[in-house]
Amino acid sequence: MTAARTIQFTLNGAPVTADVKPHHNLVEMLQGQFNLTGARETCGQGLCGCCTVVVDGRAVSGCLTLATFVEGTEVRTVEGLDTPERLDPVQEAFIETAAFQCGYCTPGFIMMVGQLLDEYPDPDEDRIKHYLAGNLCRCATYPQVLEAVRLAARKRKEAAA
Amino acid sequence: MATITEQPPAKVGAQVGRSMHRLEAREKVTGRAEYTHVMRVPGMLHTKLFRSTVAHGKIKSVDTSEAKKVPGVLHVVTIDDIRKVIPDPYYGPAFHDQPILADGKVRFVGEPVAAVIALDPHVAEQAVQLIEAEYEEMPAVFDEMEAQTSDVYVHDELRPAGTFADLKHLSGRKNTNTALDYLLRAGDADKAMAQAAHVFEHEFKTQKVLHLSFEPFASIADYKDTAVTIHTASQSPSFVRTEIARLLGWPENKVRVKVPYLGSGYGSKLYIKLEALALALSMIARQPVKVALTMEEMFYQITKHPCTFRIKSGVDKDGKIIARKCEVYWNGGAYADIGPRVTQKSGFTAAGPYEIENVAIDSFANYTNVTPAGALRGFGIPQLVWAYESHTDMIARELKIDPVAFRRKNILRNGRPHATGTIIKDAEIEKVLDAVTERMNWSAPFDNGSGPIKRGRGLGIAMKAVISPTTSVAMINMAADGSCILYCGTVDMGQGSDTTMAQMVGDVLNIPAEKVQVVQRDTDVTPYDMGTLGSRSLFHMGNAVKLAAEDVKAKIEQLRRDLGEPEGSNLPVAALFVKKYGMQAGNIIGTGTYKPDYVPPAPGTGLTPNATPFWMVSGAGAEVEVDTETGHVKVVKLVNVVDCGTPINPRIVETQISGGALMQLGFTMFEKMHIDGGQVTNASLADYKIPGFHDVPEMENFAVEAFQSNGPFGAKGVGEVSTFCVSPAIANAIDDAVGVRITELPLNPETVFRALRAKAGQPLEDE
Repeated sequence: MTAARTIQFTLNGAPVTADVKPHHNLVEMLQGQFNLTGARETCGQGLCGCCTVVVDGRAVSGCLTLATFVEGTEVRTVEGLDTPERLDPVQEAFIETAAFQCGYCTPGFIMMVGQLLDEYPDPDEDRIKHYLAGNLCRCATYPQVLEAVRLAARKRKEAAA
Repeated sequence: MATITEQPPAKVGAQVGRSMHRLEAREKVTGRAEYTHVMRVPGMLHTKLFRSTVAHGKIKSVDTSEAKKVPGVLHVVTIDDIRKVIPDPYYGPAFHDQPILADGKVRFVGEPVAAVIALDPHVAEQAVQLIEAEYEEMPAVFDEMEAQTSDVYVHDELRPAGTFADLKHLSGRKNTNTALDYLLRAGDADKAMAQAAHVFEHEFKTQKVLHLSFEPFASIADYKDTAVTIHTASQSPSFVRTEIARLLGWPENKVRVKVPYLGSGYGSKLYIKLEALALALSMIARQPVKVALTMEEMFYQITKHPCTFRIKSGVDKDGKIIARKCEVYWNGGAYADIGPRVTQKSGFTAAGPYEIENVAIDSFANYTNVTPAGALRGFGIPQLVWAYESHTDMIARELKIDPVAFRRKNILRNGRPHATGTIIKDAEIEKVLDAVTERMNWSAPFDNGSGPIKRGRGLGIAMKAVISPTTSVAMINMAADGSCILYCGTVDMGQGSDTTMAQMVGDVLNIPAEKVQVVQRDTDVTPYDMGTLGSRSLFHMGNAVKLAAEDVKAKIEQLRRDLGEPEGSNLPVAALFVKKYGMQAGNIIGTGTYKPDYVPPAPGTGLTPNATPFWMVSGAGAEVEVDTETGHVKVVKLVNVVDCGTPINPRIVETQISGGALMQLGFTMFEKMHIDGGQVTNASLADYKIPGFHDVPEMENFAVEAFQSNGPFGAKGVGEVSTFCVSPAIANAIDDAVGVRITELPLNPETVFRALRAKAGQPLEDE
């Protein structure tokens, strides 16, 4: 097995360093070195969305992103969304619409919905489905997620007003 | 800034019936909820498995020498190493038929043959590639019908576990693949069939599909010479403890099983899965060892049962079904797991939610050389309903009777006997049928369309008996400030059990459910529970929890009297503790144990006056559009109706109904494990598609008004019911649209197109 090298990047707003090997993916690094387990590897093929994290403002599959690739970037994970005082509006919306059951895929959905609303603050149903087509939920809580996205959009608007 | 919630503030009283948010909601949306697959314990080692490439064969040799040389590899383990720490390394809930690693023989492609333990999972994986095994291949049997008559035997001798009385007679049986033969005989089906005006006979099949919980299987064992702790993604911590204690020859109190939240289960994580292997590896390594599977490996762990169902009905001149014969063959795979329970527990409702005087049911659990099959959201019922509700529709069409009217004529009503002889109670079958037809607007004229797109509609109804007899125990500890901790072994895998149990505690003790802390499953702490399965928990554990809360309440009242409080005193609980102990001190502990009444079926007939403590009931209606040029079926509308008694948390009930129905939509329309010569050829999410956002039809989900008289607050389980009727409702709708009948799942475009071409007299060639 090859040697590790040290990389630097920004994780949820804080500068960090990590020792990674060439074959480590982003999920392994987040779990193994930062104890962040919100991004989870399920399919390992970038198809289920459970490992979604945001790198330089773009949602990516953490299982298909090599850890070394995030050198010098800004990485945001689900753990960076809330403060002790308040949740992110998307997180609130997921709670209020009961848009999850087992919760395993939920962080991935929340990160992707965040990106959707950043780009389209008022998305229609087709847009929502298009953005979330790469996030799968085996509990099939899709109808409730649709409600959650709409509620989150309203909450963001209210927060901005 | 956004406000936190639209939920009404936590309030006292009337906790049952509130759509309160889940207790663990914040942990789940912040990514901080704990799951075994992403858990680490100090000093933990990793494992990767070397798996069989042949379906059936004798193991001639396993060469692990190269793997052992890889730096970072600590142990490479085969069954010979395991036998040194666990002399009889066989496990299973119904049969002790499954070796911890393959023992002399492999029985399916993907069966674990050797395990590599290493500091790093990538090192373990690299080492696995260097293991070589030689097999003497043997003829294999894959199909459940073939297994019935084949002289290829998956096991040399049957080895029932002794847990279930109706399996004991199979002990030591040889030259068979049948792990359980179940029968029911009510009246005289042959005689009645001979007298019937019309006789209909059909055969239906279901395919091999799997749960695909997004948290793959994972167990961590931390073995010490005096005690063992197992962290595991399991639906049945109490059973794991019992089975691990048996393997070790230890008392149960030295085995601690801890289960955090589950990234879903659907029946896959029941009984015992990776726990025995993790235990053995930790004993060998003398360090904590984690076994965590990948998505691909889930295809080699457990699946749903494929089944072949031959159903024959005799109908009199008035459209009354007077006789029904059912032969059900279950494809159990290489190890029995809980298959024999599926065979029996689903077997006895195989004739459906109809009052039929003469019924004969035979149900066979057969071993085959494929991945083992177990429970999947319905314990076999969706497979049966697929057949009997398709069959019912075909009869109605043939007799030119409206399918709703035909069902209504034969429907089983409260107060009437089921085929087992049990009198039906609290089963709102007709109400469910009414609700489906209303929501489908069934009495209005329906336009089948005229162009290449044809429209159709169909429905189905079903019932299931809950598994019985089973036990649940709960405990509540009230602290001196009046706050409560609930100890119950029900595993919250997404069905919201922590929340609904807390609602029941709150309702009895008149405190907001948010104030009830629910302890994460830990067998050192949480009392016995048979398992989180078969929609049993809300009813069984709910009853136990309610009894425990009532026990606390009675003890508070006793304390009030002991302290000389006047009748009707409303001194707060916290003040009572201070008055009693002179400070904020002490506890009140309440307990509850629930085991319902049950009469086992009589040998030879399967008859019993009390088959089950409650019946689950559901119905579904579907509207479809069939593209006659491509065979593509679009489900336009799906109506799902259940009788779940009192909904404790209506919003959670709704998500369970819609989630179950959508899962079954995948099993109905496209999901299928492709198996070629025993080899699964689509073992990945790239090749095995599951429902996504674009597959969701317009849906209506509804629970009829109902009350389960022996249920806690009138409630009963709702985890599985909405899966039952989806498949036949859609097949019936396809028939309504284009006049073709599909008798094998899934209803994918190719199947429908082939049927359309066959109907047009231009059949396509076989593949």
